[in-house]
Amino acid sequence: MSWTTVCTLDDILPNAGAAALVGDTQLAVFRVDDRIFALDNHCPFSRANVLARGIVGSVGDTLVVASPLYKQHFSLEAGHCLEDDSISVRRFPARNENGLVQVQL
Amino acid sequence: MSHKQRLLVVGNGPVGHQFLESIVESGCATDYQITVIGEEPRPAYDRVHLTAWFETRQADALNMVADGFYATNNIDVRCGEKVVAIDRNAKTATTDSGRHYDYDQLVLATGSYPFVPPVPGHERENCFVYRTIEDLEAITAAAKNASVGAVVGGGLLGLEAAKAIKDLGLKTHVIEFAPRLMAVQVDDGGGALLRRKIEDLGVEVHTQKNTQNIGDGEHCVHKLSFADGAELETDILVFSAGIRPQDALARQCELEIGERGGIAINNYCQTSDPAIYAIGECALWNQRIFGLIAPGNEMARVAAAHILGNGDDKQFTGADMSTKLKLMGVDVASIGDAHGNTPGAKSYTFIDEQAEIYKKIVVSESGKHLLGAVLVGDADDYGNLLQFALNGIELPEHPEAMILPNIDGSASVGLGVDALPDSAQICSCNNVSKGDICAAVQGGALTVGDVKSCTKAASTCGGCTALVGQVVNAELTKLGVEVNTDLCEHFPYTRQELFHLIRVGGIKSFDELLEKHGSGKGCAICKPTAASIFASCWNEYILENQHAGLQDTNDRFLANMQNNGTFSVVPRMAGGEVTPDGLITVGSIAKKYKLYTKITGGQRVDLFGATLDQLPVIWKELIDAGFESGHAYGKSLRTVKSCVGSSWCRYGVQDSVGQAIDLENRYKGLRSPHKIKMAVSGCTRECAEAQSKDVGVIATEKGWNLYVCGNGGMKPRHADLFASDIDTETLVKYVDRLLMFYVRTADRLQRTSVWMENLEGGLDYLRQVIIDDSLGICDELERDMQSVVDSYQCEWKTTIEDEQKLKQFRSFVNADDGDKDIVFVEERGQIRPANEEEKQLNNNLIAVA
Ligand code: SRM
Ligand SMILES: Cc1cc2nc3c(=O)[nH]c(=O)nc-3n(C[C@H](O)[C@H](O)[C@H](O)COP(=O)(O)OP(=O)(O)OC[C@H]3O[C@@H](n4cnc5c(N)ncnc54)[C@H](O)[C@@H]3O)c2cc1C
Ligand code: SF4
Ligand code: FES
Repeated sequence: MSWTTVCTLDDILPNAGAAALVGDTQLAVFRVDDRIFALDNHCPFSRANVLARGIVGSVGDTLVVASPLYKQHFSLEAGHCLEDDSISVRRFPARNENGLVQVQL
Repeated sequence: MSHKQRLLVVGNGPVGHQFLESIVESGCATDYQITVIGEEPRPAYDRVHLTAWFETRQADALNMVADGFYATNNIDVRCGEKVVAIDRNAKTATTDSGRHYDYDQLVLATGSYPFVPPVPGHERENCFVYRTIEDLEAITAAAKNASVGAVVGGGLLGLEAAKAIKDLGLKTHVIEFAPRLMAVQVDDGGGALLRRKIEDLGVEVHTQKNTQNIGDGEHCVHKLSFADGAELETDILVFSAGIRPQDALARQCELEIGERGGIAINNYCQTSDPAIYAIGECALWNQRIFGLIAPGNEMARVAAAHILGNGDDKQFTGADMSTKLKLMGVDVASIGDAHGNTPGAKSYTFIDEQAEIYKKIVVSESGKHLLGAVLVGDADDYGNLLQFALNGIELPEHPEAMILPNIDGSASVGLGVDALPDSAQICSCNNVSKGDICAAVQGGALTVGDVKSCTKAASTCGGCTALVGQVVNAELTKLGVEVNTDLCEHFPYTRQELFHLIRVGGIKSFDELLEKHGSGKGCAICKPTAASIFASCWNEYILENQHAGLQDTNDRFLANMQNNGTFSVVPRMAGGEVTPDGLITVGSIAKKYKLYTKITGGQRVDLFGATLDQLPVIWKELIDAGFESGHAYGKSLRTVKSCVGSSWCRYGVQDSVGQAIDLENRYKGLRSPHKIKMAVSGCTRECAEAQSKDVGVIATEKGWNLYVCGNGGMKPRHADLFASDIDTETLVKYVDRLLMFYVRTADRLQRTSVWMENLEGGLDYLRQVIIDDSLGICDELERDMQSVVDSYQCEWKTTIEDEQKLKQFRSFVNADDGDKDIVFVEERGQIRPANEEEKQLNNNLIAVA
């Protein structure tokens, strides 16, 4: 599969996220220091496309984003919800390629 | 080797079960061959919380028996079997299934049964009692085809039954023979107030009604006829007219019985036959029956100790019948001699008809000791008063202060838990003393939860929970253990400590803060907290690159995010004042962008349904028209509401609108631990509701009265009068100091009310700091506030002028499209978010992208 470039590293604030549109899919792309992660932008709890707007941080050793509406945490690396293990969002391969943010889907 | 002693328990209710637990706890259970026989189809369940069955309608939820309890301890349990005869000579009990059980020691824990008055018709269908799970199942089934229910008996249980019937959706009546409700526990005054409160809930109360006949109804199943000629129709009838001790077996085998029933016992709970014990509600001690769980449990412990031969020192010596309940959501408590029957007793009564509170204390002739109390509507003082009564603690000089509200903010005459002796019983249900709780804390139980599971304190009726918490905290403090007040896993500090670190260390970014004082990557708790402190201290633009990612949901995009991911737009309208042109501008912008508009509870206009990319264009138009950010999104000053005041109102004594506008303009943009709301009223009629605000100002002939630390919301609190008749300059000085002191010292998300209540010394202390400058920090507080005021900027103006920042407001970082999933429907001429069903049907949806 090929990589799609969505923006440059500087387009995303450090330790925060931005929404990206690839085809019809809305992605939440996160930047933690210089690493990139990509999840669905759709929050399964609020059913709104808002995950990219959540606060990025850590719970123990797990890197997470907190959904901005009702604050459930999702693992940036695995996509599962920390509060309810029956719920998860899709995660997509993502990378920082010399300052370009790229995803695969 | 002689055979094991045979121990037979008849009755598997809560008390019978407590007895078995006491035997098991002693570690000697295996020395006995134990059998427990119960008539009900299931082993012991929590009758005290019977009504909770309605929550789940699952019997299991009330179960009191731990998994494997009978098997592990080799106890033979028989359910659904009734003992019908006892042969004391042969030492056998015979059951309705014809089985015989031999015993060496017999324990009767047969409880009581509901008394049903022998009124003609009482055996008709749909007549129930309220004692077992089966009773509740039958009532629930009958309620399906009923619309009216009535309870005969307005005592404690009757009211509980009435609540259950009301909750089943029936029109509900309570019929009481006596002139007042809960005649045993409360006096006339308390009864009258209780009646009013219960009637407010939509339950009809009929007192002094003597039911004479139950016959066929015309509209309902039954018609009740009363002695005074009145009649009442109902489909369901529940009798709750008192309980009678279940002493049938004792009568049959000729044990000593009280005149009005009950199995007579001595201090060891032995009946007239030393091989037979009686415990719980069937037992009569000193001519008294105890219809509560706590004395029953105590009898069970005494009987167990006696049977085990654990010394004679453990005796039953009566019990306190004080009770605290929440009946239909109404707090009711009764302590000791509630009716003032003790010779020479004097009483004090406090009635607040407005708030529907009734409090009475009964004190001894000397005025030194508390004999009893009745509380209706507010039973917060229960734990405190009970300790005074039980421990004979000497009353303060003015005992009435114990029930009077502390209007002037002086510390209430509470009794610190430190004053209690170690022997003071804190949890009467489970006989747990202060000493027991302290020992548990010393043994490593560091939370109320831990203490609850290892001492059982607060695990039954819950009436003692607050007091248990106080004892735990006092003991922790004494041990020098710090209660964990860390902000979160990333910072081992309180908000107040973090504030100090940031301010003194001159820290201006989260990365620096994390590196110097924290660990991990931060989270949705510490990031917004730090962002708020940075803003309070340095007042930089909150969307600066190093701050933007720290901001909570609404601050991040300077707008409140709604349930469908769109945003609302709230321009400031200081004091609620807006010009016609202003209104027209707001209206035409709303129209242009098809936004939903509404007047908020904060006296301004809110525009809903803007998408992320629309926010900057909408704000540009608003700002061009002279509006600025309303900070509806921030933990910051929201609004200063006003009433129209002396400019127009015939009663106004000052210009309240002008004052509100000045205050709003002064404090707008101030970031704080939680939101801050204010209001200014032009006279004592208080149309701006200033007394429900963090800062409330009410005009007087001579100046302003300042009220502080009130709020509406989840737990409303009236503001306290802080200073009277002050001039505007003093007013602003005090508010500057107060707000800055709050910003510095409050916890995260702590409104001013809770902050003030948690300050040691409360309002008095706050007055000392703010008015008398007891800490010598007032100059500094004023300077800090002035610097925030001077560095104010409209965040939206800054944003729309900065190309870089505007990029953050695109819906997608790589496309100009909008979010296609955002769709609305029309309602009452405006848009609202479409719900899932409407989205599925896909009819008349309004899309923005
Ligand atoms: C819009 C508005 C309702 C309305 O349509 O009238 C509103 C809307 C919200 N209120 Fe409110 N409150 C609004 C007036 C009030 C009032 C009335 C007042 O201010 O006089 C109160 C009671 C007074 C008080 O706060 O003491 C009020 C007590 C609350 C509370 C409970 C606060 C508490 O201490 O218990 C919350 C929850 C919280 O803050 O944690 C809350 C939270 C909220 C939030 C922020 C919930 C959220 O996070 O999404 C809502 C934001 C919606 C939005 O997009 O603006 N809102 N809210 C009102 C906006 C006023 C304004 O112009 O800024
Ligand atoms: C709705 C409700 C609310 C209550 N609320 C409170 C409260 O808030 N606070 C409080 O302190 N108390 C309260 N009580 C009272 C409390 O439930 C009783 O004090 C407690 O249940 C007494 O326990 P017991 O084991 O003595 O009797 P019971 O609970 O009556 O148990 C006796 C058991 O013995 C069985 N039995 C009787 N005779 C025989 C026989 N011949 N053979 C075999 N089995 C037999 C019965 O079927 C029953 O299961 C409430 C009671 C009710 C009904
Ligand atoms: S009361 Fe609740 S639902 Fe209504 S606006 Fe306030 S927070 Fe929202
Ligand atoms: S007093 Fe009832 S649980 Fe403690």
